[in-house]
Amino acid sequence: MAELSPARILAELKNNGATHVVWLPDSETNFLYVLMSEEPSIDLVPVSREGHAFSTAAGLAAGGQKPVILIQNTGMMESGDSLRGWGLGMNVPVVMMVGYRGWTRHGVITDTAAFYTERFLHAFNINYYLVESDEDADRISIAFAEAQREKRPVAVLVGDEYHGFNVSR
Amino acid sequence: MMKTAEMLEIFNRHRGDAVVIPGRGGRFWVEMSEQPNRDLPLGDPAMGGHASFALGLALAIPDQRVVLFDSEGDVLMGMGALPTVAEKAPSNLYHFMLDNGVYATTGGQPVPNSEQMEYDVVAQGCGYPATYAIDNLEDFASQIEEILSQPGPVFVALKIDPEIINEPINARPQWQRKSRNQAVADMQAELGISIG
Repeated sequence: MAELSPARILAELKNNGATHVVWLPDSETNFLYVLMSEEPSIDLVPVSREGHAFSTAAGLAAGGQKPVILIQNTGMMESGDSLRGWGLGMNVPVVMMVGYRGWTRHGVITDTAAFYTERFLHAFNINYYLVESDEDADRISIAFAEAQREKRPVAVLVGDEYHGFNVSR
Repeated sequence: MMKTAEMLEIFNRHRGDAVVIPGRGGRFWVEMSEQPNRDLPLGDPAMGGHASFALGLALAIPDQRVVLFDSEGDVLMGMGALPTVAEKAPSNLYHFMLDNGVYATTGGQPVPNSEQMEYDVVAQGCGYPATYAIDNLEDFASQIEEILSQPGPVFVALKIDPEIINEPINARPQWQRKSRNQAVADMQAELGISIG
């Protein structure tokens, strides 16, 4: 299966008019960080706790900007109340790209971070799309369109089995 | 110590055309504000997030002054937001923090280490270029013009009287005059912000 390249991710963000990436690094995103930090059209807003990503995005959206949230599934689950109050409660049309730690395509998941990820999203009634390779990357545009249309957060689960973001640029 | 309403009355004389997020001072602010379409009385969407929300808004509308009245309980819950504010350093953000030492809306239990905390020192250590600690109305009145005349981000810790609420949530007076989303929509219309 083809891998998911950081350049393809960044292209999707730019094509959809993302103005800010509110993010907390995870182990898969370093090369994406390098690309984003060199991209003049996108402003990086680093947070130290994923819950702040939702309130920050709410403020950016209130001011007419188009933020994207880039976090890991572990942090997403820690952010439940912020997702509820700031993300859903304020109808923020934001795509949350979530590193799917522990995801495997083999049906056997041993990492509880992965085990609870989709269950968490179901509990919050957040729709989501799985992106594992460049061939799936156009689902990111689908998520952007849905977030704008429905005026609520939509998730993109980045299930790259730990290697996709770390391929050569 | 200051009464929140009295402090806000003084601030209101110096507001200019700032966008104001009154936070836990909202129930007083909506009674005195003369520019409700520049107010975001959001109440408490989720505790600990006001500073991040204000940061996002300040970054989004850099030509507008953004004033937040945060609380110490929120700052304690979301203290990690302060370094992000300092790093992004929006020059239009004025971060006031109401410190009454207690969780006033749950009956007045003290916040952790309420007697020892120096929030202005915390903000300074996180990288805010200007910080203040004010514990009386006279000093607030004499310093507010200076505070608002310098570039942000500025952090101002304000010692206020606890005004404790000890009623069930559903029995409390509803002070908000419009929904959160309507408040945001009204601000966007006032500032000419178009949403795609």
